[in-house]
Amino acid sequence: MSRIFEQGKWNTEIDVRDFIQKNYTPYDGDESFLKGPTEKTLKLWEKVSLLMEKERKCGGVLDIDTKTISTISAHQAGYIDKELETIVGIQTDQPLKRAIMPFGGIRMVHSSLKAYEREMDPVMDHVFKYRKTHNDGVFDAYTDEMKKARHTGIITGLPDSYGRGRIIGDYRRVALYGVDFLIQKKKEAKKNYVFDIMDSTVIRQREELSEQIRALEELKQMAASYGFDISKPANDTKEAIQWLYFGYLAAIKEQNGAAMSLGRVSNFLDIYSQRDLAEGRYSEEEIQEMVDHFVMKLRMVRFLRTPAYDELFSGDPTWVTESLAGIGLDGRHMVTKMAYRFLHTLTNLGPAPEPNMTVLWSVRLPENFKRYCSKLSVQTSSIQYENDDLMREKFGDDYGIACCVSAMRIGKQMQFFGARANLAKALLYAINGGKDEINGEQVGPITEPITSEYLDYDEVVKRFDFVLEWLSKLYINTLNIIHFMHDKYCYERIQMALHDEEILRTSACGIAGLSVVVDSLSAIKYAKVKAIRNENGLITDFEIEGDFPKYGNNDSLVDDIAVDLVKGFMNKLSKHKTYRNSKPTMSILTITSNVVYGKKTGSTPDGRKYGEPFAPGANPMHKRDTKGCIASMASVAKLPFDYSEDGISYTFSIVPGALGKGEEERVQNLYSLMDGFFSDEGHHINVNVINKEVLLDAMDHPEKYPQLTIRVSGYAVNFIKLTREQQMDVINRTFHERI
Amino acid sequence: MSIMGYVHSVETFGTLDGPGIRYIVFLQGCPLRCKYCHNPDTWGCQKGKKMSSTDVFLDILKYKNYIKTGGVTVSGGEPLLQSDFVAELLKLCRDNGIHTCIDTSGIIPVEACKNAINEADLLLMDIKHIDTEKCKEITGQGNENTLAMLEYCQEHNKDIWIRYVLVPGLTDDEEAIKRMAEYLSGFSVIKKIEILPFHKMGEFKWEQLGLQYALGSTREPTKDSINRVRNIFERYGMI
Repeated sequence: MSRIFEQGKWNTEIDVRDFIQKNYTPYDGDESFLKGPTEKTLKLWEKVSLLMEKERKCGGVLDIDTKTISTISAHQAGYIDKELETIVGIQTDQPLKRAIMPFGGIRMVHSSLKAYEREMDPVMDHVFKYRKTHNDGVFDAYTDEMKKARHTGIITGLPDSYGRGRIIGDYRRVALYGVDFLIQKKKEAKKNYVFDIMDSTVIRQREELSEQIRALEELKQMAASYGFDISKPANDTKEAIQWLYFGYLAAIKEQNGAAMSLGRVSNFLDIYSQRDLAEGRYSEEEIQEMVDHFVMKLRMVRFLRTPAYDELFSGDPTWVTESLAGIGLDGRHMVTKMAYRFLHTLTNLGPAPEPNMTVLWSVRLPENFKRYCSKLSVQTSSIQYENDDLMREKFGDDYGIACCVSAMRIGKQMQFFGARANLAKALLYAINGGKDEINGEQVGPITEPITSEYLDYDEVVKRFDFVLEWLSKLYINTLNIIHFMHDKYCYERIQMALHDEEILRTSACGIAGLSVVVDSLSAIKYAKVKAIRNENGLITDFEIEGDFPKYGNNDSLVDDIAVDLVKGFMNKLSKHKTYRNSKPTMSILTITSNVVYGKKTGSTPDGRKYGEPFAPGANPMHKRDTKGCIASMASVAKLPFDYSEDGISYTFSIVPGALGKGEEERVQNLYSLMDGFFSDEGHHINVNVINKEVLLDAMDHPEKYPQLTIRVSGYAVNFIKLTREQQMDVINRTFHERI
Repeated sequence: MSIMGYVHSVETFGTLDGPGIRYIVFLQGCPLRCKYCHNPDTWGCQKGKKMSSTDVFLDILKYKNYIKTGGVTVSGGEPLLQSDFVAELLKLCRDNGIHTCIDTSGIIPVEACKNAINEADLLLMDIKHIDTEKCKEITGQGNENTLAMLEYCQEHNKDIWIRYVLVPGLTDDEEAIKRMAEYLSGFSVIKKIEILPFHKMGEFKWEQLGLQYALGSTREPTKDSINRVRNIFERYGMI
C-alpha cells in the first residue's frame, strides 16, 4: 500500500495547486543524482531518430492519414515499439504519420495535401460540402476592411484558417482525479447552470459543457484502446505520466492548434516519484526512463501544415511548452528533482527544440539549479527563461507558459490568440495618408498625406496616433469574429474539459516591428529624414541626414519612445469591446514572422530597406546595438510588462568565446547575466551559445547536424528544418562577439 | 567638478578583461605603436567622446545588477595616459562597492599615474617583451617603465594578472620567455598569467586608418607552441 498524500481542499474540489503545495518537495541539491539513458531508452531513441531522418528525407512529412477525420478516439492504438515503450500513445496509428484535423479550415487541409502531393479522400471532401469549418465562418463575417488589412499584412498570422491553440488543458487533473470524477464534476456544473433567462451566453455554456463531458468519455475510450482504465486516479509515477499524457494526447489528436503547450507538470509528477523512490517502487533509473520516454513522445508531436504557415512559424514547431521551477507564494522555491529530470533529457536524448523547455527564473532559485540550467544552455542552446518574479504577482504560482511567452493560470485561464499587428506598416500608413506603401491602395482611413520634404516629428506622431486608433479597433473587431467562429466550429472540447467552468479569457493581441518604429521615430526626431516619393506621390523611401540614438544601447532618449509606444498601443486596445468580455492583452513577439513582415513592408525612416526583415520580438535591429549585449538587454528590460502582459520576447545569441574563457566561466557569466536581466525586470530571454561557423556549415551539410537546435523568437527549432531564408536571417542577426 | 576624459567606446558585457562580467571603458590615446595592435583606432589622443568621470560612473551604475560578480575595467588605448580621470572614476566605483581593474601596458611612469593604480583592485598588465631592445622593436618603446610599475605593485601589494601576446617570429623565442618567467616568478602579487594568441581580427582597422600592417603574413600561433609557452610558465609555478 502506498502512503496517503497529504489531504486538503483538493480532495473535495478540483484544485491541483493545493495538491502540489501540500505535497511537493523542494530540491536544493545538484545534478549528481541523475541517471543516464537505459538500454531500452537508447534503442527506442534510435528507432525514433531513424524515423525522423526518414521524415526529413521525405521532404518534412513522413506520411499522412488522408482517410480519417482525427478525433480523440478516431485512430487505433499505435506504437513505436510496444516492447520498449514505457509510456505509450501516438497521434495516429503510426509514429510521425500526420492526421487531418479539418475543423479549423478545410481549405488549409486541401493546400497542405497539395503541397505534399496527396489527394483528399473523396468521402471526406463530400462531408465538408455539408459541414462548415471555422475558416468558412470567419470569412462569412469578415468586413471588406478586415480582408484588406489582412491582405496587405498590416494584421497578419491571424488564426482564421487554422486552430488558434495557446490553450493549456490542465492535464494533471486526469492523473490526480481520474476521468470519472472529472465527468461527475462537469455534470454537476451543467445541472446547476440554469437561469431564468436562456440567453446566448447560457445556451453556449450549456452546450460547451455537454461537449466537454462527451470528450472526457472519448478520452477514456482512447486510453482503453491502449489497455488502460483511466477512470480512477493514477497510483504511481508511471501511471501519473501515462494518465497525464493521455489527456495531452487527446488534445493533440483533435486540435491542430498553433501552440499546444503542456503546462507545468514536472513538480506535480515529482510528488509521485518521491513517494515511489521512498517506498522502493521504482529506482531513479526507472523514473528517468519514464521521463525520457515521455519526452520522446513530446518530440514526436506532428501537425499537418501548409508552406505558407511554415513561412510564419518556421521549422515545424508545436510549442509543447513545459514550465519548470519558479517560486511558490509561500516563498519556497519550486525546483524539484523532476525539473532536473526533464532538463536531463537534453543530455540523455541530445538537444531538441521540443518540448519547449521553459525555466521560470527567479533570483531566489537555488544556486545549484541556476548553474545547471546555465550549463545546459551553454551546451545545447535549447532552453528559454522567463521572469517568475514578474509573473508570480499576476499569475500566482501555478501558471504555465503557452506557446512562447504567454503566461496563464493553469485550468483557470485561456487566451484568444491574436497574432500581431505590423506597427511599422502602420507608421508608413500614417505617413502616406492611409495608403499602402507598396500597392498604393487605400487601406487605412483617408487623411491628408504628408507634403513636406523633411518629416516633422510632431506631425508624424500625431498622424501615427490616429492610425493606431483605427488599427486597434479594427484588430479587436477582427479577433472578435475569429474567436466567435472558433468557439462555434472548432471548439477545444477536451482542453476546456480540463479547465474550470468559470475562467478568465484574454484577447491576446501582439505587435511586430517595435524596434523599426522606435528607430524610425528617433531618426525623425533627432536626425533629418527626407521623404522620397515615387511618380504617384507615394512616399516609398527615405534619406537620413545625421545620426540618431538607436534602441538597444540603453539610451533613454530613444528607449522612452519604445516604452511610450507599448503603453500607447495597449491603452488603445483596452478601449474596445471584446468577445466574451475577454481582457485585452498584448505581446511583443514575432516568432519567425519577422522575416515575412519585413518582406511585406516598404522602406522605413530608420534606414531599413523595403523587404528587409524586422528584428524578432522586442530585439533591437541587427547591428545597431553598439555598446555590448547588456546595454541591449537593458533597453529591452525597460519595456513595461504591465502593458505587455502576454509577453516580451528577447533573443540573445552569443559566440562561446565571448561568453567567457572556459566552460566554468561561461556558465558563471551566463547565470550572472540572467540574474541581472531579470532583476532589471526583463521578461523573457532565449539563450543561444553557438558559433556562426557551425550554422554556416549546417546550412551546407544538414546531415551532419540532425539535432542542432537554436532558439528563435520564443521557441526552438531544428536549425536544418528552417528555410534557407530563415537560416540566413538567424545568421545575420547580431551575434554578440568581441575581439 | 569632475574630470573630463576621452572615451573611445564602452562594452557592457566584457568577459575577457578581468574576472566575471565587466563594464569596460576603452579610453582614447596610446603612446605605443605595437605591431600587433588590434585597436589602432584608439591610438590618437584627445579624440573620441569627451565625458566626465561622473557621467561615465552614472552609466556604469545602470549595470550594477549585472556586474555584481565582476566589475569595471578601464582599458584602451593606454588608460593611464588619463590617470587623473581614471583615478576619479575608479574611486567612485570603489566607494560604491564595484570591483575595479586597469588594463595597462605599464608604459606610463609610475609617478605620473600611481593615483589611478591606487584605486584599482587589480591590474591587467601587458608585458610585451622581457628584453627592452626587443620591446622597442615591437612597440616603439622600452620596457623600463613597465618593470618599474611591477615593482611598485609588489611594494604596494597590488594584484596583477600578466598578459603576454604570443606572436610567431616576434615574441615566441622560448629562451626569452624562460627569462621572463623566471623574472616574474619573483613577484608574489602576480596571480595569473594569460597567454593571448596573436590574431588578425584587427587588421581591417589598420587598413581603414590607412596604416601599414606589418604582420599581414604572420600566422596565428599553433596549439603546440601555445602549450610549450604555457609549460614554461608552469615550470615556474605561475600557471
